[in-house]
Amino acid sequence: MATNVATIDAAKGPARPGLLAQLVRFCRKKPLGAAGGALMVLMVLTAIFAEPLSTHDPIATDAGATLAQPGAAHWLGTDHLGRDIYSRIVHGTRISLIVGLLSTILGSVFGGLIGLVSAYFGGKTDLITQRVLDILQGLPLLVLALVMSAALGPSVENVVIAISIPILPRAARIIRSSVLSIREMQYIEAARALGLRHLRIAFRHVLPNTIGPFLVLTTAQLGAAILVEATLSFLGLGVPEPYPSWGRMLSVSAAEYAQKAPHLVLFPGIAISLAVFGSNLLGDALRDTLDPRLRGAQ
Amino acid sequence: MSVVIFLLLRLAPGNIVDILFATGGYVSETDKQLIMQELGLDKPIVTQYLEWIGNMFTGDLGKSYRYDVPAWDVIKPLIPVTIELAILSTIISILIGVPTGVMSAVKQDTMLDYGLRIFSLAGLSMPSFWLGMVIILVLAAYIGWIPPVTYVPITENFTIHAVQFLLPSLAVGYRSSALITRITRSAMLEVLREDYVRTAWAKGQHERAVIWRHALKNAMLPVVTVIGIEFAFLIGGLVVTETVFNLPGLARFLVQAILWRDYPIVQTLVMFIAIVVVLSNLLVDLLYGVLDPRVRYSS
Repeated sequence: MATNVATIDAAKGPARPGLLAQLVRFCRKKPLGAAGGALMVLMVLTAIFAEPLSTHDPIATDAGATLAQPGAAHWLGTDHLGRDIYSRIVHGTRISLIVGLLSTILGSVFGGLIGLVSAYFGGKTDLITQRVLDILQGLPLLVLALVMSAALGPSVENVVIAISIPILPRAARIIRSSVLSIREMQYIEAARALGLRHLRIAFRHVLPNTIGPFLVLTTAQLGAAILVEATLSFLGLGVPEPYPSWGRMLSVSAAEYAQKAPHLVLFPGIAISLAVFGSNLLGDALRDTLDPRLRGAQ
Repeated sequence: MSVVIFLLLRLAPGNIVDILFATGGYVSETDKQLIMQELGLDKPIVTQYLEWIGNMFTGDLGKSYRYDVPAWDVIKPLIPVTIELAILSTIISILIGVPTGVMSAVKQDTMLDYGLRIFSLAGLSMPSFWLGMVIILVLAAYIGWIPPVTYVPITENFTIHAVQFLLPSLAVGYRSSALITRITRSAMLEVLREDYVRTAWAKGQHERAVIWRHALKNAMLPVVTVIGIEFAFLIGGLVVTETVFNLPGLARFLVQAILWRDYPIVQTLVMFIAIVVVLSNLLVDLLYGVLDPRVRYSS
């Protein structure tokens, strides 16, 4: 994430100072965004090095140590089956990040392509696409994801698809509006006068200039996607067993054992909140940096 | 809209008949066909869709597969619960969001501004169902209060009813206040730089009058838009909150109906949510005219 920020900044500046200097400037100007970026880097590292970081097997049960309090043997305690909470949270990072990232990328790329085609060709194509997107956007993100994941059945791939579909219309909207303004620019007219084909103009000349809003969109949606995954898993419609998912850790434990072992509820929730908080902070800072016009919009 | 909802549901692998059979043990293939026929599930999808739409216009929303009563009868008693929750949460989100947004804008780039922005982003980042669980846990640990297992109507016991509704509204309202804070902040920042606000300052008016009466009034337009959008999306947030707090509302029922593949119920509920979204957007559009004479619609 942090390297992305630096690349954008570097691409914008005419003098192209060093990557490190750019990063330092971003941190100084946007301390909150830098904190968010640090959280995201931490999350990515945890996901990559989940095995060496965890102290126990995340799915191994231990009948002798059920509902253990946080302590030396189990840092964050154990659940009702004696599974180590800390190791499950560490491994859950991987699921959250993979589902969050994949669904955001899937939704934004396809949504972006729809927006590009819709805006570039305009006319009837645009009108019909916009109406279909209106319908999809008329439903709350969670409700649509809920219906989709129920319709597709529980599996990691299906959860990714279910979450990506509500992101489609949002991505299409944003890319469409930026393509609409790019389309009218003189260099596009020049490209057309040169006799370039539509596809080439759309993908080589228009698309690269939408990368700013696109990046802002993806970081902003990442937090929402992680949250929706947690909620779906909480309701039993998300990532199936045996994958340790933050949302499902809350659902299994919550109702019955919460009074006896509050750590069951506390820690997975903190993990979800931190992950979403990090991507929200970073998304906000990126939006302020890259596109002041989008400030305040969802 | 209706086509999309209908098709999405029919994509689902497995139907109610299979689920009923899975719980009931072995039942013969002919019995299965009979039930399919009774529920109309054997007809082509297009016919099923046309029948549903046709019935909807005559006020018949279909029969719940599971409860064997009209869908509307199942849904009707759930509506007030969800509406009450949604309105309470909206009020709470405005009470939190607008003042924090204004303070954040007035004290721009101070520690207070940063603190308030972190506070509101934290609300956006915490899953509302988790926040609800934590509220319950804290209350149980410190005052020994455990949420009532069953729903208490307002006519039965006002205090219990109020607590039962206020806590989930707090959890949901805090979350939606984040967006209101953000919009209020950016709208206020813009308005505070306008000439008429400087005039108000120059007249020697009190800080309170300038900020809350002169500036906020003109900053409200985008805020109202967001409140309208949020109201609709709040219903999505209620899905889990109602589950956590054991409230018999529409949103909790939607999850159960989805798990049961009870198509008539799910279709009706999703349509209902979509209609609420459209209506709240319309209401916002009409409110523009009231709030800002410049956008009053000419007839």
